[in-house]
Amino acid sequence: MTIETGYNFGYLDENTKRMIRRALLKAVAIPGHQVPFGSREMPLPYGWGTGGIQVTASVIGPQDRLKVIDQGADDTTNAVSIRRFFAKVAGVATTERTSGATIIQTRHRIPEVKLREGQILVYQVPMPEPLFRLEPRVSETRRMHALADYGLMHVRLYEDIARHGHIAISYNYPVMVGGRYLMSPSPIPAFDNPKMHRMPALQLFGAGREKRIYAVPPYTSVQSLDFEDHPFQPIRANAACALCGARDSYLDEVVTDDKGGRMFVCSDTDYCNTRQAAREAAE
Amino acid sequence: MSNAPLLEASGLTLRYGPVTALDDVGIEIFPGEVVAIVGESGSGKSTLLRVLSGLLKPEAGTVTYRAPDGEAADIHAMGEAALRRLHRTDWGFVHQNPRDGLRMGVSAGGNIGERLMATGARHYGSIREAATEWLRRVEIDPARIDMLPRQFSGGMQQRLQIARTLVTHPRLVFMDEPTGGLDVSVQARLLDLIRELVADLGLAVLLVTHDIAAARLLAHRLLVMRHGRVVEQGLTDRVLDDPQHEYTQLLVASVLAA
Ligand SMILES: Nc1ncnc2c1ncn2[C@@H]1O[C@H](COP(=O)(O)OP(=O)(O)OP(=O)(O)O)[C@@H](O)[C@H]1O
Ligand SMILES: [Mg+2]
Ligand SMILES: [Zn+2]
Repeated sequence: MTIETGYNFGYLDENTKRMIRRALLKAVAIPGHQVPFGSREMPLPYGWGTGGIQVTASVIGPQDRLKVIDQGADDTTNAVSIRRFFAKVAGVATTERTSGATIIQTRHRIPEVKLREGQILVYQVPMPEPLFRLEPRVSETRRMHALADYGLMHVRLYEDIARHGHIAISYNYPVMVGGRYLMSPSPIPAFDNPKMHRMPALQLFGAGREKRIYAVPPYTSVQSLDFEDHPFQPIRANAACALCGARDSYLDEVVTDDKGGRMFVCSDTDYCNTRQAAREAAE
Repeated sequence: MSNAPLLEASGLTLRYGPVTALDDVGIEIFPGEVVAIVGESGSGKSTLLRVLSGLLKPEAGTVTYRAPDGEAADIHAMGEAALRRLHRTDWGFVHQNPRDGLRMGVSAGGNIGERLMATGARHYGSIREAATEWLRRVEIDPARIDMLPRQFSGGMQQRLQIARTLVTHPRLVFMDEPTGGLDVSVQARLLDLIRELVADLGLAVLLVTHDIAAARLLAHRLLVMRHGRVVEQGLTDRVLDDPQHEYTQLLVASVLAA
């Protein structure tokens, strides 16, 4: 475990990390509330999750074991570069195993395996404001949060049902945190929303470009918005994983050949690999 | 009408640089009462409405609102959260331009449902039922419930704005020239509708208008404003049939001449 010379541990300088930790503490104290922070330039472009990277850099220690996923997979370019980045600037161990990680940085998914106490899930967030499409004025959205004035979000859901017969939000489905703050869960599938509810792990959210941090402390209530007669429904493709047979995991549809062949496989590669290995061992 | 005023203001003063928009204005309105505020352009009518409804702070003077439980509160001291709550429950505001009072990107049903949802309604079917019922009440075909306001005529947009405001049964509604900008025949129909709704719901209304005929049709009492001052007030028929102030006499005469 050698730390490459020329970098402070975790890349960010100690003052920056302290500033981000203060924002994180505030975020944990007010679950779901967006806290501004002085986002730094990172050696990666914004689309690459610089908010999540800064959060991870501020909470990671030499004893941590880091997992990075992008759309559920550990082996995409984005996930691989972030993992390499931290191996280089913090010298920490990395892993692809959800259960073996102490910190999991993610874009677009929550792992299928239940997270436990002591683990930290760091989300990369492109747009932290759940109301931004409905109310473009930042001063007004801030006021709406301050007064818990969220009728407008329900108007959006009403419009969906009126138009499509159901709530047609499949990603970034808005949630109420601790019964108080409306929060964007980041662009995870609505299927993952129930996993956030009363999760034993700490959930931290970093938006680099928008300079916002928010958090869901362990065991906090997280409810997806809905109507009594149109309850929230986590949706997944009605199929079994072609590789491991799972019927409970979130599936990606992948093209298998140039003749239009398609199959469904788990989006969570670690979950799928673990199940396949267990199956082989049993045979 | 009960004997305690719903809304009571005194000593309201507000200047814009050299312009005195409000000059020591006092007013009161009782439950179920319709009070019209008339006067020439620039006399301070809209400013008065904004100050009374808490949207604008006066330099001097107080506005007191009496809640259903009898508790009186100073509008300009109550804080934003409480004021917003009032605006989406006990009060309503109907703007001259429907664009200021409607969400143009939201369907008619969504526009009517918003106040219900903002006050905790979470049953889609009931919200839709209420929206349907209110469209019918303001004489819009309920089959248009999923249409956007921009597909409606000006008069329909204004009726939609009224439905959206009244759906939570407010006690007091502020209206700023609700028939302004509409054709005369459309105006007449809208005034009839407002008169019916006000009577059915027992609403108190503060109505700003240029239109003396509208004031005569709707208002129990009349306030005449000029240069930010109330120059005359009283029962509508008395003020219009026997105006005391020379400005009111001019105003009434100009209408008779027209
Ligand atoms: N934001 C502002 N800044 C400066 N002056 C203002 C402002 N708003 C209103 N005024 C001035 O205050 C006076 C009263 O305006 P107000 O809009 O209340 O009149 P009004 O009676 O509603 O007129 P109208 O019948 O044309 O709507 C006018 O002289 C107006 O020019
Ligand atoms: Mg005006
Ligand atoms: Zn699988």
